[in-house]
Amino acid sequence: MGFGFFYMRWSMVIDLDKCVACQGCSVACRFENNTPVVKPDEAIKGRAIRWNDVFPLPINPKEETGEYPNVKTRYLTRPCMHCENPPCVKVCPVQATFKNEEGIVQQNYARCIGCRFCTVACPYGVRYFNWHEPEWEGSLATHLNPDRLEGDGDLEGPAIRPKGIVEKCTFCIHRLQKARARADSEKRAFRPDEYIPACVQTCTGKARFFGDLDDPNSTVSLLAKSPRAFRVLEDVGTHPKVIYLKEG
Amino acid sequence: MRARLINKHEAAILAPLRDFTNADRLLWAILVGLIAVGGYAYYQQWTFGLGVTGLNRPVYWGVYITNFVFFIGLAHSGTFISAILRLAGASWRKPLVRAAEAITIFSLPFGVSSILIDMGRPERAFNIIFYGRFQSPLLWDFTAVSLYMFSSVVFFYLSLLPDIALCRDRLTEAPAWQRQMYRLLALGWEGNPEQYHRLEGVLDGMAIFMTLLVVTVHTVVSWVFGMTLQPGWHTALIGPFFLLGAIFSGTAAVVIALAVLRRVYHLEDILPINLFNSLRKLLIVFTLGWLYMMVAEYLTIYYGGVTEEMLVFWQKFTDDFAGMFWLMVLLVFVIPLFIFVFLGKDRIGWMVTACVLVNVGMWLERYVVIVPTETRPRLIYELVLGDYSPTWVEGAITAALFSGMILLYAAFTRYFPIVPVWETAEEAEEKPGETVTAPRRRWGTVGKTAPK
Repeated sequence: MGFGFFYMRWSMVIDLDKCVACQGCSVACRFENNTPVVKPDEAIKGRAIRWNDVFPLPINPKEETGEYPNVKTRYLTRPCMHCENPPCVKVCPVQATFKNEEGIVQQNYARCIGCRFCTVACPYGVRYFNWHEPEWEGSLATHLNPDRLEGDGDLEGPAIRPKGIVEKCTFCIHRLQKARARADSEKRAFRPDEYIPACVQTCTGKARFFGDLDDPNSTVSLLAKSPRAFRVLEDVGTHPKVIYLKEG
Repeated sequence: MRARLINKHEAAILAPLRDFTNADRLLWAILVGLIAVGGYAYYQQWTFGLGVTGLNRPVYWGVYITNFVFFIGLAHSGTFISAILRLAGASWRKPLVRAAEAITIFSLPFGVSSILIDMGRPERAFNIIFYGRFQSPLLWDFTAVSLYMFSSVVFFYLSLLPDIALCRDRLTEAPAWQRQMYRLLALGWEGNPEQYHRLEGVLDGMAIFMTLLVVTVHTVVSWVFGMTLQPGWHTALIGPFFLLGAIFSGTAAVVIALAVLRRVYHLEDILPINLFNSLRKLLIVFTLGWLYMMVAEYLTIYYGGVTEEMLVFWQKFTDDFAGMFWLMVLLVFVIPLFIFVFLGKDRIGWMVTACVLVNVGMWLERYVVIVPTETRPRLIYELVLGDYSPTWVEGAITAALFSGMILLYAAFTRYFPIVPVWETAEEAEEKPGETVTAPRRRWGTVGKTAPK
């Protein structure tokens, strides 16, 4: 695999105090990963695909948010949680989704049969389905990201996928592969900070951090120890690896 | 020579096989038409993707999965009556076994088709075999349903074998291809005591196996929902709940099938009213059992008051799905129980009405289990306004599936006897040269031996 290879445990920390809900992360993700575009009538049906989604909390439409100006509402920006105990991986009948040794929950488009069991099993709603053949119009079609993870019955990442399969955030695994390949070709060890997902790279408020949770000195490990740190739906047993820092 | 068994109803049972009316032609034409429309609808879906349905995020599973659960549920009718009641020694069931098992045989393929229709990439269906992972409840489902389908077909065929031989011997006026079919399918059955002995042994063994399968299959189907963490689905009661529902809707379907057969083929003597009365008693037990399950489930949820469970609870009881939920309660429980208890005895018309309501209600029940949970996920804010409106594609395909099942059933009844001739044969005095249906059965009726 390369010089000094060892497994990391990739994790993301998002500081909600710094997040301004600009949705730059969502947009960057879409361009990085060739997310299919949908027309307005499809979007109304909730079929828009957003691997990283920014949405208001509370989720429950009936919950009180208060009267202006004493409104209690906040925004959450949500990639895939890449859980340690992923309910989606448990239910996939064909191992189209699986967790690798570095804690990334991968999605293989070549094997997915489109049964959507993983999409109904995920309590965070991070998975999306291709209801139609993906298409891009005009300049979108000429600016697709050529990166892809491919080989041996495997097709992942920004690869153009067909209709009828499930997709989700991959922590930009193609960037990991590229970074590792570059380190290999330069005959040196790979450093965790060479790999950064698109959303983290682009964040306006510098609210997102990414790194190896197994390294006690990494930014994510230090931030994870913050008293502001929490994970979404902690009580459900999924052990998500995206850690949020609540507004303080 | 020993006393032989004859079936005095043989002529009446074989009569439908000797006939083919314009009513049949009309029925088949309508059914084929509906199947064609469904085929076109599926072609649209195959070409353009599942986007032509009303499915969306978060309602990823809808009408197709409801159909899947419903058809597998219907299939439990046959096995319950032919296997479980066989082991219980309920001899009154004998005239109904084949009609009930035929429901099983002809509904299972449509259950399986519903899954294939629901898949985003059905051409990759074989991935389940090549790359199947037993960690997934869908694999348990696939295994159980495949086993069930295979053993039901074998069980059905073996039970049919003596009667195929009968058709081979009796239906000499049938067209050549039909006689050839009987000859081939009869596998050289001669009807001697040894063959019957072996057949009975196999059927007894299979009955035990099938009983285990009945319990397993629908429990495993329910675990596709139960093994997720979603509120409303993740409950230990889901296994028994689905199992009881399946046996309930299956038995109601048997009543409907029997009533129709009885009327259309004039089988009043062979399917007497006391059969319906026996089924009525079973149905009363099942209706009350269903009520027990519902109360146990919803009272527990309500009393606990867990937030995400309550959101789904109110979806069913008062919010978007209240109409469907309460209609379901009316159709599955209130009206049928009233009819079964007060109006059903000796009245086939009322029994059929109640059973039709039960089946419509049970389809709604599966829908109400599946969809409301999806509309109140923990963390999806744009619930497409919590909405799921099935499109014409889903409706046409559903209609085609039901038509297919009815068509296969109707066709079957015109080529094979729907009441088992050999199983309902009775003891009769030996008369030389008389037509013989079956020799003495292993567990014979009252022992009467004609002088040697």
